[in-house]
Amino acid sequence: MRRFLSLGLLCLLLLGMTLNAQAQDAETNNPDDAAALELLEALDVDSYAAKGEAITAILQSDDERARDWLQALLDGRLQRTDDGRFVRVLDNRGRDWPVADVLTGEELGEMSRRDLERIGINNNLRNQLRSAIAVVDLYSPSVERRRTSAERLLGEVDAELVPILNDLIEQEEDDQVRYRLTQAVAIYRAEEGEMAGVEALDGSLHPRSRVALSRAANSDDPVVANAATAALTGIEQQLKINRGLETLYFGLSLGSVLVLAAIGLAITFGVMGVINMAHGELMMLGAYTTWGMQQLLPGQPGLALIVSIPAGFMVAALAGVAIERGVIQFLKGRPLETLLATFGISLILQQLVRTVISPLNRTVITPEWMSGSLVVNDALSLTLNRMVVLGFALVVFAGLMLIMRRTRLGLEVRAVTQNRAMARSMGIRATRVDIMTFALGSGVAGLAGVALSQLTNVGPNLGQNYIIDSFMVVVFGGVGNLWGTLVAGLSLGVINQVLEPWVGAVLAKIIVLVFIILFIQKRPRGLFPQKGRAAEG
Amino acid sequence: MSLTTESSTNFWLTRPFSERSTQIFLGVLVAALALVTILHVAVPAGNPLHIGAYTVNLFGKYLSYALLAVAVDLVWGYLGILSLGHGAFFAIGGYAMGMYLMRQIGDRGTYGDPVLPDFMVFLNWDSLPWFWHGFDMAWFAFAMVLLAPGLLALVFGFLAFRSRVTGVYLSIITQALTFALMLAFFRNEMGFGGNNGLTDFREILGFDLRTDATRLGLFLATGVALALGFILCRAIVTSKLGRVSVATRDAEARTRFLGYRVERFQLFVFVVSAMLAGLAGALYVPQVGIINPSEFSPIFSIEIVLWVALGGRATLYGAVIGAILVNYAKTLFTGIMPDAWLFALGGLFVFVTVFLPKGVAGLLLHLKRKKRGDDDSTPTDKIQEASV
Repeated sequence: MRRFLSLGLLCLLLLGMTLNAQAQDAETNNPDDAAALELLEALDVDSYAAKGEAITAILQSDDERARDWLQALLDGRLQRTDDGRFVRVLDNRGRDWPVADVLTGEELGEMSRRDLERIGINNNLRNQLRSAIAVVDLYSPSVERRRTSAERLLGEVDAELVPILNDLIEQEEDDQVRYRLTQAVAIYRAEEGEMAGVEALDGSLHPRSRVALSRAANSDDPVVANAATAALTGIEQQLKINRGLETLYFGLSLGSVLVLAAIGLAITFGVMGVINMAHGELMMLGAYTTWGMQQLLPGQPGLALIVSIPAGFMVAALAGVAIERGVIQFLKGRPLETLLATFGISLILQQLVRTVISPLNRTVITPEWMSGSLVVNDALSLTLNRMVVLGFALVVFAGLMLIMRRTRLGLEVRAVTQNRAMARSMGIRATRVDIMTFALGSGVAGLAGVALSQLTNVGPNLGQNYIIDSFMVVVFGGVGNLWGTLVAGLSLGVINQVLEPWVGAVLAKIIVLVFIILFIQKRPRGLFPQKGRAAEG
Repeated sequence: MSLTTESSTNFWLTRPFSERSTQIFLGVLVAALALVTILHVAVPAGNPLHIGAYTVNLFGKYLSYALLAVAVDLVWGYLGILSLGHGAFFAIGGYAMGMYLMRQIGDRGTYGDPVLPDFMVFLNWDSLPWFWHGFDMAWFAFAMVLLAPGLLALVFGFLAFRSRVTGVYLSIITQALTFALMLAFFRNEMGFGGNNGLTDFREILGFDLRTDATRLGLFLATGVALALGFILCRAIVTSKLGRVSVATRDAEARTRFLGYRVERFQLFVFVVSAMLAGLAGALYVPQVGIINPSEFSPIFSIEIVLWVALGGRATLYGAVIGAILVNYAKTLFTGIMPDAWLFALGGLFVFVTVFLPKGVAGLLLHLKRKKRGDDDSTPTDKIQEASV
């Protein structure tokens, strides 16, 4: 009963507060500290009723810091020092607690717990505080804070809040906040079995709306129940589409990684006819370059990541040239031996990283502009890091296309791919083309590693996990054709993700492998085989 | 080593016995088996020359690896197919043997179920999956040791050779095959014990697996299997069929134009090789006491190829030398400094391919000829040179 009373009181006061807030709209929202101190001092009284009034006064004050104060009070962290200052306890473990001044926010260092006195609250005040905190931000001038606050209200509305929220909806200027608040009220109404609520929730994808609607579907009123069921069916339909889009997005994301991993392999395989089993380890080097750059530039993960793009390319390209000059050139015309030798190199590189750096995974920080996600609607949000990697893959692909189609190097590479002997007799220095191609292919592997470091753990086994998949992409797409690699990579990624929810991740992978084994029965040279004389094997 | 035609009128299986290299190989193998047996049984345990049961077991393991290497050399050396998936056939043979050994445990398992192996009881299964039936009978299980890998090789090889998938493509596809099987066998739902595989074996054909006598018996059986497998492979490669294989290896298109159905020869040799690999796996499992999906890992399969490359491709006895050398080195390294093993293995891959293209066997031949002052290259050599 007392709780009800205090909540009623709160509502009345909040109503008053809206008017107050409007009156103060033009004025500064940060009244001087003397007034704030007065508000806080009203809390330090013995009577709980008086404290309740003080809380209301704080709400009415429209001070920006009000929410923090109330939260601290709720957590029992709002305390008073011997000399009468109000502080917030930052960490209440141990004997000495670090504190911060609640007025200035300035950190005051550690204080003995004996010198602090807690502002006590009881259960009634606790309830009052929770409701107050839920709505206090809705009065904030910051749209951002109003949005988060409205979001938090979904499913948390009770009878007392409804009139307040209705008033707020009328005054609200931001569409998103208004939409959320309407939804919050509608969820309450639908759960109470009111038709208006069910109608308002039709088409809403938020999980809380669905909970409310399924409750309404069990309502005693058959009209409401039918409407709710119909709304639910519509929502399910929408969700299915959104899930499909999400799968497609994840598939394209996985596919972009496969394309990045496979495209360098496709170039070297196409030109030199050798399989570089150490390709995965070159990716690993790229990923470790990102990690190393972040160690060199602490606190600036974004800058480090950008620097890593050329750095990763160079590191992997140099390693690739070393492999080509050191081993592969001695194995001309012996592709199977090259495969074995490069496999040996991959073992050495892996073990080298294990010994020199660590056998454990390293964490690469995702810069702020890549973390978080793009919210399309309540059921579909696209993670930003995957989107960036997808874009990056397309840029790399376009760049390689340009090099292949528009530069002298590209021309020579294509000539050697099609017919090495003929190209040589036309004066192309095949050895030089080999080196350049290998550097290019390895450098792209390094770029793939930089991109991968944003999606998975960076560890010595990073390359191994992708090498077989990237071979499959090359085999599937056909050698010597970049478009083939792109189409094959993206479609394998999507196929994998589409299968996954049905049969599980492992079985999906097996099905894809078996599919490729069967596929090359029909088309032994891949999706886009080379035509003409180059095709004879 | 010679491809002489004088003895071609003999029965094809006995032909290898007239070859010098086979005689030497069999002589050394029999002598080694006899020596180990004598040193194990007749020399008392305190004597420094005594070979303990552990070492006998280790040698048995090496011999099963050697048989596997012979199987790989048959396809790589004489058919030109670099299979990076022979570990799959080895593991399937091993699993067939493992299933037999699991059924032999009977009700002596931890859960005491008379029919179901422990891991199935653990997974709350009510009955045996269909493919586990029959494995309580030794003859059926031993037949499956050969038939299961053979069937897989038949289906896979039929699809691959028919559409003329060769060279690097075939290598990658075989690797994908063993990778897919590894993923599949890691799943508990497959019914092969998942991650842990099959283990905790008790007895084989009524003999307790933990006694020294059984271990010696398994070692000798592996030695005999290696000898028989070697003779079979030699017989195949010296037969007319073997010569068509070598022709396929060296010039596939030309052989086809001469009127040979190349894919049939390839398929036959591939299936025989897979069965030998399965046999090697079946002999391996009771000696190490466990079979799990890690035998399917692509790294293991590619390691087998290294044994063959190190020993010397297209010699068969070289494969045996390579398998024993590498695995002995592995035992030494992993005991003394485990971190260095991958460096050594990786370095070996590079070293052998770049500096020892004909392996240890090639080196031996080279030294022998130099001593005699002969011309270093024979017609056979030239064929091999053209192929590598």
